[in-house]
Amino acid sequence: MVEVHLWSGLRSLTGGQQVVGVEAKTTGELLQALVAAHPQLQAPIDAGVSIAVDGRVIATGLTEPIPEGSEIYLMQRLRGG
Amino acid sequence: MALDDRKSEFTFVGTRPNRPDGLDKVTGRAKFGADITAPGMLHGAILRSPHAHAQIIKIDTSKAEAHKDVKAVVTRADFADVPFKPGLEGEFWNVLENVMAGEKALYDGHAVAAVAATSALAARDALKLIEVEYEVLPHVTDVDKAMAPDAPVIREGAADYSVPDGMHPNVVRYHESGHGDVEAGFAEADLVIEDSFVTEATHQGYIEPHACLGMLGNDGKGELWCTTQGHWIAQKTCAALLGIETSQLRVTASEIGGGFGGKTTVFIEPVSLALSRKANRPVKIVMTRSEVFRATGPTASASMDIKVGMKKDGTISAAQGVFRLQGGAFPGAPGDMTAMCAFAPYNLTNVKQIGYDVMANRPKQAAYRAPGAPMGAFAVESVIDELCKKLGLDPVDVRLKNAAHEGTKASYGPTYERIGLVETLEAAKAHPHYSAPLKPGQGRGVSCGFWFNHGGETSVSLAMSEDGSAQLMVGTPDIGGSRASMALMAAEVLGIPYENIRVTIADTATLGYNDVSHGSRVTYASGLATIKAAKHAVEKLCERAAAKWGIPVEAVKWEDGCAVPSGPNAGDFDPLALSDITADMGRTGGPISGHFEATPEGAGVSFGTHIVDAEVDPETGKTSVTRYTVIQDAGKAIHPTYVEGQFQGGAAQGIGWALNEEYIYGEDGRLQNSIFLDYRIPVASDLPMIDTVIVEVPNPGHPFGVRGVGETGIVPPLAAIANAVSNAAGVRMKQLPMSPPRILAALKDNG
Repeated sequence: MVEVHLWSGLRSLTGGQQVVGVEAKTTGELLQALVAAHPQLQAPIDAGVSIAVDGRVIATGLTEPIPEGSEIYLMQRLRGG
Repeated sequence: MALDDRKSEFTFVGTRPNRPDGLDKVTGRAKFGADITAPGMLHGAILRSPHAHAQIIKIDTSKAEAHKDVKAVVTRADFADVPFKPGLEGEFWNVLENVMAGEKALYDGHAVAAVAATSALAARDALKLIEVEYEVLPHVTDVDKAMAPDAPVIREGAADYSVPDGMHPNVVRYHESGHGDVEAGFAEADLVIEDSFVTEATHQGYIEPHACLGMLGNDGKGELWCTTQGHWIAQKTCAALLGIETSQLRVTASEIGGGFGGKTTVFIEPVSLALSRKANRPVKIVMTRSEVFRATGPTASASMDIKVGMKKDGTISAAQGVFRLQGGAFPGAPGDMTAMCAFAPYNLTNVKQIGYDVMANRPKQAAYRAPGAPMGAFAVESVIDELCKKLGLDPVDVRLKNAAHEGTKASYGPTYERIGLVETLEAAKAHPHYSAPLKPGQGRGVSCGFWFNHGGETSVSLAMSEDGSAQLMVGTPDIGGSRASMALMAAEVLGIPYENIRVTIADTATLGYNDVSHGSRVTYASGLATIKAAKHAVEKLCERAAAKWGIPVEAVKWEDGCAVPSGPNAGDFDPLALSDITADMGRTGGPISGHFEATPEGAGVSFGTHIVDAEVDPETGKTSVTRYTVIQDAGKAIHPTYVEGQFQGGAAQGIGWALNEEYIYGEDGRLQNSIFLDYRIPVASDLPMIDTVIVEVPNPGHPFGVRGVGETGIVPPLAAIANAVSNAAGVRMKQLPMSPPRILAALKDNG
């Protein structure tokens, strides 16, 4: 079980929850588990998200490992110039 | 990506060899976007809307089509407008709508039709034969006015899930994040300052205009030559917009005369291909400067409200920001990035940030170095400077006291890994610039800045030649000297001289997919892939040596460009040089190459601190920047001269953005200053020597410790210059650019 911290703007889609506990071994599983727990999160995930795992920002990869107990933050997809 | 092979001692990395593209560029041999021709080539020209917002009632192209020199005319009907493959929706649809208007012209300069003719002059003349009937609609170009209840609606239904109920339809995305309790934090403060700031849109200002040559047959096979930061995204987007298969379009990136984020999408490329398909001949399009200003880029304009509370000892007790960004007539203004970056340099217990993406009747904004971050830093760092002033505190000391470091919870959420902000501030404090006396009438400003950096899809291929030299093929257009840094990294792994490695930007048909040269990713991601590809080749070189010696490959190691036995027990063999192995590689197993394909995910964030001295002429309002020092964490500088160039370039562009550059719209919604005479970018005589200090706090996510350096350098300048100017003028400047009329008005208001 890992706790996923959402950005506060997503609380309206999760009934006010800003931290969601999910079972996931990879970043891809994590996104699937988030949608299973809160289907309304599909829209922001489709719009593009990044996942910070212990401070390292995973911009796009769905196969990055999620170590047990790691700090997880869902972030908006980063864009650069 | 776990890295267990970090390197900290270098032979080639960190040296300053001559650039490989130098001779081509100084002799004019380098081929830029407009330097290509093809047999039977036609010239394209684009008809653009003179209205900021108008319904397109009718387009009559018959007279143009009848002209003897005109070979094709296209309008929106000539593009793939129906779902194709996964469907032309989302950003693809937005790009198409920008490339060629559909039902409405959404900004002054929006493309509505295009012609291909036998000469550039004939093409331009033929545009006058196209008759467009418009119904002019009310328009809005200002971000705050675009959010007001009575603002004209640009497009109904463009808002996404994130926008709270009750907002104007022009507000299309909303971001909110932070942690702690800002109200409690403000209550703890000894001083709270709340203020509002405005920045105008600026253009990336690349000297080379957009240019391309497209060839597309009725068989769906095509070729495209263009100036771009990413030819794979050009391939993917053009294929989608024209309804052809991606792999049937081969795209080659030309040399590029600047991009800065503005060449990460397409504008004229699909038009050239659509014209070519209709005319069955190659079609070249080269934008005029006026077209570049009216219809490409620019960055977003911004309106921002900042509130920061500070204790007497300089501790920031709470910080809050609302950032409203206008990104033209399409979703995409980076209000979320502005919000996430604005307070990122600081270790804050209580922070809240809100970002809005707002549409207005302006061209579709494009990325511009650290998109969204510079304007947020301007607003936040101005308030911090004012707090320091009112509390009698040193601005560098206050930033050091509050600086984020490894283990800090970032304002955007996660805990920082190893970062180098404190080191940049300590270097600023120790730098002679910071303690140098100021002359009367001068002011000094400092600012910190933050940017995320990026990894992205990356493919690299390295091929050895029989004589022991190497060809390296990368897919990221060289916008900042990456061919030199790739060659240095490959040289480091292979152990052969920098000069023996030729780096080529491969086209889309000869290498796997590569993300755009953006997000400061090239030295990080293509560099990581180059190192891995070179190691892959070294593995094969070791295998050949092991076979020659008749020992297991595990008993061979690679040292200084030679295979050597890994220890005394491996056997007694003389070192086998790389060129000795490649000389007969065709007969010992075949060509030796190395490859790497991945999406590296350890870019590592980056920080900088800038110090600026400025002088304001109270009679004319003109500002002179008298001294400038850039200090930034590069992780590891592969080619320090290029790193310094990136730092200096960020400062130079920041000086333009802060002091002179702005999009000026008339009451009619038309752009008033669409040439360089009226849109004033800095020239050499406007700039002081820009000193640089490279801080190296290695990025744990790269084998050599690299952090991207391309974007962070433009984050602090707006704020650092504004702080210097405000301190020189004795009045807080809250609007950019700080052009002479604005300075004079501020001085007058201040009595």
